[in-house]
Amino acid sequence: MNNELIISSSPHIHTSKTVERTMLDVIIALLPAIACSLFFFGVGALVVLATAVAGCVATEFLIQKFLIKGNSTIGNYSAIVTGVLLALNLPSNLPVYIVLLGSVFAIGIAKMAFGGLGNNIFNPAIAGRVFLLLSFPAQMTTWPLPIVNRWQYFDMETGATILSTMKEGAGDVSTGASIASSMKDIVEVSPVEALLGNMGGSMGEVSAIALLIGGAYLLLRKVISWHIPIAILASVALFYLILGDDPLMPLLTGGLLLGAIFMATDYATSPMSHKGMIIYGVMIGIITVVIRKWGAYPEGVSFAILLMNGLTPLINRYFKPSKFGERSRK
Amino acid sequence: MLKTFRKGGIHPPENKLSALSKITDIPQSKEYVVSLSQHIGAPAQCCVEKGEHIAKYQLIGKSAGFVSANIHSPVSGTVRKIDKFKNAFGFETTSVFITPDGQNDEERHPLTSEVTAKLSSKEIIGIIDNAGIVGLGGATFPTKVKLMPPDNMPVDTLLINGAECEPYLTNDQRLMEECPEEIIEGVKLLMRAINVEKAYIAIESNKPEAIKALEKAAAHATGIKITPLKVKYPQGGEKQLIDAVLNRQVPSGGLPASVGVIVQNVATAYAVKQAVIDGTPLTERVITVTGPDLPHPGNYRVPIGTPISDIIEAAGGLPENTQKVVIGGPMMGKAASNLNATANKGMSGILIVPKRYAMRQKAENCVRCASCVSACPMGLEPYLIARLSELKDYKRLEEERVMDCIECGSCSYVCISHRPLLDYIRIGKNKTGAIIKSRKTNNK
Repeated sequence: MNNELIISSSPHIHTSKTVERTMLDVIIALLPAIACSLFFFGVGALVVLATAVAGCVATEFLIQKFLIKGNSTIGNYSAIVTGVLLALNLPSNLPVYIVLLGSVFAIGIAKMAFGGLGNNIFNPAIAGRVFLLLSFPAQMTTWPLPIVNRWQYFDMETGATILSTMKEGAGDVSTGASIASSMKDIVEVSPVEALLGNMGGSMGEVSAIALLIGGAYLLLRKVISWHIPIAILASVALFYLILGDDPLMPLLTGGLLLGAIFMATDYATSPMSHKGMIIYGVMIGIITVVIRKWGAYPEGVSFAILLMNGLTPLINRYFKPSKFGERSRK
Repeated sequence: MLKTFRKGGIHPPENKLSALSKITDIPQSKEYVVSLSQHIGAPAQCCVEKGEHIAKYQLIGKSAGFVSANIHSPVSGTVRKIDKFKNAFGFETTSVFITPDGQNDEERHPLTSEVTAKLSSKEIIGIIDNAGIVGLGGATFPTKVKLMPPDNMPVDTLLINGAECEPYLTNDQRLMEECPEEIIEGVKLLMRAINVEKAYIAIESNKPEAIKALEKAAAHATGIKITPLKVKYPQGGEKQLIDAVLNRQVPSGGLPASVGVIVQNVATAYAVKQAVIDGTPLTERVITVTGPDLPHPGNYRVPIGTPISDIIEAAGGLPENTQKVVIGGPMMGKAASNLNATANKGMSGILIVPKRYAMRQKAENCVRCASCVSACPMGLEPYLIARLSELKDYKRLEEERVMDCIECGSCSYVCISHRPLLDYIRIGKNKTGAIIKSRKTNNK
């Protein structure tokens, strides 16, 4: 025996979970969505995905090496997660330089400037996407049609998304066309197709079933808890019902599932207590529907998450877990 | 559905390696060094002299105050000296060094069953006090103090803790399986001591044999119920156990008696039976010696004052790759620095940790995953109080109820960034406690 006994305070055992494994789980959970985006958007999706991941990892590596001069943190895979999420939030025909700009903004400004993983206030991938949406509104809202554009990256056939069609339909009250009928007339996407992902949109958000599989995996691995996704989806569904709309298509389309399952549940930017998570989720749901129905943009999930990211410290301050022994006495 | 406490908790791998090993005696040691400070409270006062011949069970240290406990000799022999002696953690306490003579002449006073049947509550507590019984779950709080709650707190229930939620440890499990009748006798005496009609023995469901044995032993006892619990750490914590079994929550800073409950460990109940009926004071206890690489993990009946190295020898000796020795369980036990030290009343286990598990992993940034918040059985926010401790913000630490922390280690266990949360919380708790105390004395 080595005579030097190690002295440390308890506990002396530790979970086998690590940050690396958690990030790896998120990447695994995103694989179905990645596969679907490659299936529907082909070459374009591959280019955008590779660029975003390479851009994010390179940005983090360079900042660590030359500005912070610390140990490299790219080994924890969080930059890869940001890159994948950013890519899945972009149209597949986005020029490479725009994707790169988004990656640099996401990692450089939204993450590393705040102190790296865990210290960021805003979700890096969403910050990157919103930055691009505001800077390049035209390119960011041209949606290539699925399948037909598989072998192209330039000169794609593009079309509208369901949500923008619904928005225009809703605005066009004078024609008397209902939202549902305008949707069917113009884009013709059935709920089954929306579930599979055969429609226009950001490359990773189209296939609801792929996202749901990923969500189930994350729940099973206990990487996320149910509170945030369920709060978002339930409040969106309820809001649509109150407004008298059928919530099925709005739930399956746009960035809602991607946002609710993968973006809003980002550890660093979401509240710590279950109570706080539910309030955060419900607020995201409400803001999303408000933007979709009455705002200038057809889709509002990114804005809603970004806004609530900013409110997370406040939620943490005022919605704490109930302490042991604090139960109201009956 | 099995009962459990409602807030937080974790389920680390159970690793009860010694669950099937019967409790065995260990060979006599060359010398027994019995510390006079084996309990919470004032050290006992030595009442033997150097060179004196003493009998087994003879009083050698007298309780020195209300919160203190008697110490008795575990063997017969000669007092070689009375001197300072380093305990397992490197702190010196006054100890009695006894060279055994191998005769084991006993000095004890068993009572006949007619006498024991008529003992009053006060008399039972008196015998428990004389026998030097302390809480054997590990806290070593003098049992008689716990049995005399403040008058304004009426107690209606006795809760016996057989949860043994710590991984690796099996000393209580083996005792429950091998000595169920004695435990039930002890429980009956404790019920009489505090005048209650109801007692629950809470056992986690990973010990089905212990549950069966006690159910059988308690079949004809009135008012004693065995409650199986879901396996969840830290179920053996007093507040968690009361919540799990009785659905009552002890308020912040309150005693279990404030919700009408007194909690005692199964091993303590066993010691009470031995003291009252057999007239034997507390001089030995069951210790689990275990570890992933130990040749013979087992449970041993160990006289207090036995050198730790002798106990480890009985279990096959220290493996070559040992790099840490933990006294107690892996979640709340303390790492020992001195294996020449001797066993005491609070020692429930000796965990031999091989090199590959001995070192902590490097701490990374907190990613705010909230695992610690979900795991905390007290509903605290460990990430926050650890940070406030780092920032030395004692005012906010008090507001965030750092003093409620039971130091169970669940937060550090679940942290995916390997942050030493409990280390920081302990420092903050210590400092905040001192500030609260000095404020109270200043106000007087």
